[in-house]
Amino acid sequence: MYRYDSFDHQITAERVAQFRDQVRRRLAGELSEDEFRILRLQNGLYMQIHAYMMRIAVPYGLVSAAQMRMFAHIARKYDRGYGHFTTRQNIQFNWLKLQDAPDILAELASVEMHANQTSGNCIRNITSDEFAGVARDEIVDPRPYAEILRQWSTFHPEFAYLPRKFKFAITGASEDRAAIAVHDIGLAVVKNAQGEVGFRVLVGGGLGRTPVIGVEICDFVPWQHIITYAESIVRVYNEYGRRDNIYKARIKILVKALGIEEFKRQVEADWQHTKNGPCTITQSELDRVAAYFTAPAYEVCANEDESLQAMLDDNRGFANWYQRSVKHHKVAGYASVVLSLKKTGIAPGDATDKQMDAAAELAERFSFGELRITHMQNLVLADVKQSDLFSLWEAAKALGMATPNIGLITDMICCPGGDFCTLANARSIPLAKAIAECFEDIDFQHDIGELEMNISGCINACGHHHVGHIGILGVDKDGEEWYQVQIGGAQGNDANLGKVIGKSFSFEQMPEVIARLLQVYVRERYDDERFIDTVRRLGVEPFKAEVYGTLVESDEALKAPDYELLKVGVSYDMPYYSPRF
Amino acid sequence: MIIKNKTVVADDWSVLRLAESDTADGVVVPAGRILVPLKVWLAQRDSLQHRADVGVWFASDERAEDLQAEVQKFSVVAVDFPKFADGRGYSIAYHLRSRLGYKGELRAIGDVLRDQIFYMQRVGFDAFVPRADKDINEVLKGLSDFSLTYQASSDEAQPLFRRVTR
Repeated sequence: MYRYDSFDHQITAERVAQFRDQVRRRLAGELSEDEFRILRLQNGLYMQIHAYMMRIAVPYGLVSAAQMRMFAHIARKYDRGYGHFTTRQNIQFNWLKLQDAPDILAELASVEMHANQTSGNCIRNITSDEFAGVARDEIVDPRPYAEILRQWSTFHPEFAYLPRKFKFAITGASEDRAAIAVHDIGLAVVKNAQGEVGFRVLVGGGLGRTPVIGVEICDFVPWQHIITYAESIVRVYNEYGRRDNIYKARIKILVKALGIEEFKRQVEADWQHTKNGPCTITQSELDRVAAYFTAPAYEVCANEDESLQAMLDDNRGFANWYQRSVKHHKVAGYASVVLSLKKTGIAPGDATDKQMDAAAELAERFSFGELRITHMQNLVLADVKQSDLFSLWEAAKALGMATPNIGLITDMICCPGGDFCTLANARSIPLAKAIAECFEDIDFQHDIGELEMNISGCINACGHHHVGHIGILGVDKDGEEWYQVQIGGAQGNDANLGKVIGKSFSFEQMPEVIARLLQVYVRERYDDERFIDTVRRLGVEPFKAEVYGTLVESDEALKAPDYELLKVGVSYDMPYYSPRF
Repeated sequence: MIIKNKTVVADDWSVLRLAESDTADGVVVPAGRILVPLKVWLAQRDSLQHRADVGVWFASDERAEDLQAEVQKFSVVAVDFPKFADGRGYSIAYHLRSRLGYKGELRAIGDVLRDQIFYMQRVGFDAFVPRADKDINEVLKGLSDFSLTYQASSDEAQPLFRRVTR
């Protein structure tokens, strides 16, 4: 993976010093909250319901064992013993104190990490394929380009105060696992007819209040020009993006207003000034960065050794896990493994300090000391020898990270929701728990098969509900939490937005609503048809008829204290502002 | 007092801001060194163009290109930041320096604060008029937050990967 040189270290250290002074001035009253808010957001620091939350950048989701141990350390020393992995491959800590933030950043810098630009109206952490470098369908490894773009976007002086946040995603494989169609800029590494590497560039995708699938602005930008091309896109957006209405400020609104042809014309007019200029990426810079992403020292071994097959035949638990968690690897004798952070009863994407330490150890034992964080909020060990899979399974099981549910109904994407977030209309985590408990039976889950359920506590769509096969959105009706259900959304190559099935439901009705959707699927599916394919074939109507045909009873058990809003003390030492207390 | 070339210096340029009842072609431009809104310049160019003590300021929704080559005749051009979070001024400055080749003084006015002026300096500003309630010597410190940068901008034509051997 990429390692900092003296220049990276120096820039990161100067950033920590800058923020330390900003925090000092805030605590001394020299900076108002209005002035400070934007500064802390650009250092990943939010003020949530209970405390400050810090979102730490995990560039393109790649993390070393030492970095994972640092997360564990931060969880123990500054937080309440756990962290939350996010849909943008980052990690968040929920219970921090403002005055600790500079020390946390300094500790992160010691392992070549930061929280730069993980919030605010600037270019955010660039996300990528969690199987980059190891996927069988990979055309080009996207990580060197992601790192080059990370450096370009870090403290870009012109783009720190954009109309709104700006997200890049990049994939180098034929199957899009980075959801590039729902990003402000989506990049797909491609080769042209001459075998040269470039990017297919999508622009103006995004979820949130106005979900839009990105459109192609250029089918091939040679790799040398990707900085200047991206810079022109962001510059046109900075100049012309709306600033009068926060809900219409994303680039997707500008692209829609101008039309893709006119937007492209403006971008390319700007680009003519910089194309072939000094910001053109040099071969030597690409080579320098790419050298950090060379393949580890794989052993030469054959695929699917007999002992593995014997263990699969013998052990149903292992076979279930293998089926869901183990992914193809481009090197014979190796596999990639997804460690599930979706055990029923645990907030999706949460991991304790002990789990993080243990995951670091597993990475060292089984996967060359590296892990990846997925946008589905799980962990990946990308380079595991097939002959180690059984040992890894046993170790992961003991840690609560081997639930055989990857890609199944309980592998939900879920935002922090009303328990933590000041923006939320409704709770997400307790709902995920209630639904997971209802469908926990693993045979049932395997029978239902691939199903992506995404839960967002509000219209900002951090839980990606628009692209869930089943998407759940928390809405506020007269101060009470309700949930709107949509079906038929999808991410990936055939990304599309789900359709709302009708009026919203109470928390206590939701498990029954999901059960009815599944009943229609089980009744109507063809042999191997996935839920999403059945929805696509039949449309929303039969599902709607089943869900709304008779009254959906409330499950009174869900009024138990277990499911109530997290009622814990506020930990602000500086209670400047808290909307709920 | 303003910040200019990284020091605090005296300054006697004033800024003409239109009141609601003023119009660009009707407002009277007082004598003495004065920065006038772009639209006043465009409306009164004939009468103003012989005055060496007139400069122009851009509102954040205006375009550097509106001045084109004419920009070279000014010794001072300013860009207004109505709120520090309005980032359009950064692109205006970038265009003035990098595209129009403006070499004179480029001044940031309006909601100009310590924690933004490093980036402002990078895109081409060399003079800063901090918001009146701020201590100008404190604001000045913001110019030295970083000693190293990754990207090219108006202050540095080469990105880091071309500047140094990494």
